Amino acid sequence: MTFLLGSGAGFSGDRTDAAIPVVAELIRRGQPSALVFETLGERTLAAAHRAMRDAPEAGYEPLLAELLAPVLGDCLSHGITILGNFGAANPDGACQVVAELAGRAGFPQVRIGRVHGDDIRTGLASLDLQRWEAENRDLPDEQALISANVYLGAVPLTEALALGAEVVVTGRVADPALFLAPLVHHFGWSWDDWDLLAAGMMAGHLAECGAQVSGGYFADPGFKDVPNLATVGYPIIEVEEDGSLVVTKPPGTGGCVTERTVKEQLLYEVHDPANYLTPDVVVDLTSVEVRQIGPDRVAVSGIRGKPAPQRLKTTVCYEGGWQGEAEISYAGPNALARAQLAAQVLRERLGFRAPPELRTRLDIVGLASVFDSDAGDLQRTSVGTGNGDYRLRLAAEHAERRWVERATQELLALYCAGPAGGGGVRRHYQRRVCTASYLVKRSDVEAFATLFEERSKYHVAS
Amino acid sequence: MSPVEPTQAQSNAEMPHEPLDDGAKVPLHRLAHARAGDKGDRLNLALFAYDPDHYALLMEQVTEARVLALFSHRGASRVRRYPMPGLAGMNLVIDDVLQGGVNGALNLDGHGKTLSFLLLGMTVAVN
Repeated sequence: MTFLLGSGAGFSGDRTDAAIPVVAELIRRGQPSALVFETLGERTLAAAHRAMRDAPEAGYEPLLAELLAPVLGDCLSHGITILGNFGAANPDGACQVVAELAGRAGFPQVRIGRVHGDDIRTGLASLDLQRWEAENRDLPDEQALISANVYLGAVPLTEALALGAEVVVTGRVADPALFLAPLVHHFGWSWDDWDLLAAGMMAGHLAECGAQVSGGYFADPGFKDVPNLATVGYPIIEVEEDGSLVVTKPPGTGGCVTERTVKEQLLYEVHDPANYLTPDVVVDLTSVEVRQIGPDRVAVSGIRGKPAPQRLKTTVCYEGGWQGEAEISYAGPNALARAQLAAQVLRERLGFRAPPELRTRLDIVGLASVFDSDAGDLQRTSVGTGNGDYRLRLAAEHAERRWVERATQELLALYCAGPAGGGGVRRHYQRRVCTASYLVKRSDVEAFATLFEERSKYHVAS
Repeated sequence: MSPVEPTQAQSNAEMPHEPLDDGAKVPLHRLAHARAGDKGDRLNLALFAYDPDHYALLMEQVTEARVLALFSHRGASRVRRYPMPGLAGMNLVIDDVLQGGVNGALNLDGHGKTLSFLLLGMTVAVN
């Protein structure tokens, strides 16, 4: 029987009403199904660890309640399993929120599975670590270290499901493993049936970024038009026991599922398509076929798998000093020359008002910015219209806050001491978190699941 | 104050449905679509021909050397191209192009998400 995988969110900060039509369609179909929230990016986890350091009860997905509240009761009453990496740095805290929401929705006995083992910060120094292939930085020293989390595979998630969990809360796991786990649990796939595991992983890969497979992050007016992007439907993947996949979305929603939308997502963040590394299987996409089989229905076939890698990727987050940004606008006649003069004045000021190790970058938004180098190569060679609407942007980085603050203050001072007609200054500065990637031996990682047993706290508290 | 003269911003994109002449030089954007993804300081650009008949043209003209040149101002050190003929496309993997990556860059777009459209600005000749 078909198993349905629905996506409720594709990143931390995604639309919080996205899951509602997905769950409505899962209920309407009445087939075994799971709803997945993927909310943990490379930098989200570092932010979560920092939040937890400041407030011990924080550290999980800040929008968790807003994401779950509209659908939790419906999922629990219809047997739709929920899985999410919304535990971030504090899965217990997230479990507590789920328990509370479920209690309010009339399900005080909800079974919440909690996955352990991704956090390897303690004892990191004693582990046999290799640099990830595109990593060229050494391991930071102990004081600077904020977090170290392994990308776990689907195994501990299936353990949670075997314990009867209706909601599975994780920290760092490989995003598509959130989708593979309910498939393995449902179909009883073997952990060495590499083609099936690869198909399940790719079902997850296609759905893990939410609307990115169903018309989101795709529209290019006149070239790639997408209907009703404001109500874009998040994906549902139909998976058969033999690993057949169909990508679709709830009826009546916006967006589109076409060969083009599926192809773009298929290779998203993939490097060698013959060796896409995941914790549970190495995926080979070289024979993959993508075929439109109906409106908003695309079949994906030909996915092959190879044995799982011996090492698991670990993201290490560490203190990266301070970063600041400040911006000012120039518009109307001769705006470009005024913005360029402002940039020149700022460069001169920083030359004698800031230490040489202050790292800075200046963009003129409207002329050249996101495509440019830090040195401004494109800014120097681009020809803009003299009259226009330009925004000078300064970015600065230093180990000490005061120098970043000073740099942004120099941009602020352009109000009175810079060229004519500058306006709309915004500035902010914050601690920077850096990340680096290493590989840890699979045998050094102990991942497992438990049922969350602290519901009583909620009952006492409420 | 007199109003600012309108800019040419909207007219720069070539419209997609006009026929292409042999030998015409067009932006890649006219023939292909792309999406960028990042991991650390490494960027991948998945590029697909709208019309599978243009796959050979992409393979001939969107070479590793040309892509490396296009991104060289940002410090790109290596480009590897993985042809995906079954999808009428290719995966381009570019190392050291993200100026430190999402947690290290001073660029507004630390992920490099906008860079798919830098690639699509490359000029190709229709043959």
